[in-house]
Amino acid sequence: MATVELTFSALPAHVRTARLVATAIARRTGVEESLLDEVRLAVGEACSRAVEAHRLHCPGEPIRIELCDDSGRFEVIVTDAAPSDELERQERTTPSLEDFLGKVPDTLMSGFGIAVIAGLADDVEVFPSQKGMRIRMSWPATPNGLSPV
Amino acid sequence: MDLKLDHHSEDRLTIVEVEGEIDVYTAPRLRELLIDLVNKGNFHLLVNMEKVDFLDSTGLGVLVGGLKRVRAHDGSLELVCTQERILKIFRITGLTKVFGIYASVEEAKEAHGRDK
Repeated sequence: MATVELTFSALPAHVRTARLVATAIARRTGVEESLLDEVRLAVGEACSRAVEAHRLHCPGEPIRIELCDDSGRFEVIVTDAAPSDELERQERTTPSLEDFLGKVPDTLMSGFGIAVIAGLADDVEVFPSQKGMRIRMSWPATPNGLSPV
Repeated sequence: MDLKLDHHSEDRLTIVEVEGEIDVYTAPRLRELLIDLVNKGNFHLLVNMEKVDFLDSTGLGVLVGGLKRVRAHDGSLELVCTQERILKIFRITGLTKVFGIYASVEEAKEAHGRDK
């Protein structure tokens, strides 16, 4: 069962709000302090990617985040509504160092976001589809959390 | 925290002071500053990230973009950073091999002086 659900319009300014909410709930759920930076960065990456995708494909649609504390883990699911075929192709190809300095535009570091998330969360699943992408990631948390959210 | 940017020049080196969060919202301001500096002939940049609280892949993209621009003029873009949480994202993405990363502005200046 989702503990907190948040939807926001595809504006870069809202990504920070999403990061702050996720970090606050992770802390209260009992995620170790040493992991909170990883939660903050991974959630920020997932939301940034979703915002960029929505701005390209469906700027009027909201992005959704679910923050859950089931079974001793803190789980975050970021769902967007942008068709992800093209993005998926880009993101499955990890950019090389040559790409960084060559053809990859600096406004959209294709593949960076999910590569960073994969490096941060020990449990990540990415579900791309024509209806949008769903990124689920989780971290260990104290059973029952520190206090009720 | 929002992003604060400042810069000054010492000899041929332009030191960019960055404070706050570099993310999808604030990174365009850093990009504009780096482009402006390069357009004005500043091709050796040192970005001091010691007061950066947060850096995501958008921010990395801006730094890589800056590096591409200065390299087109045989310049350099190097970083000052000792914060583990910021260094981690450079390591995850392999960008520690792309940027010169120093522990202090003084150390970077010394290295830059040796390379002249």
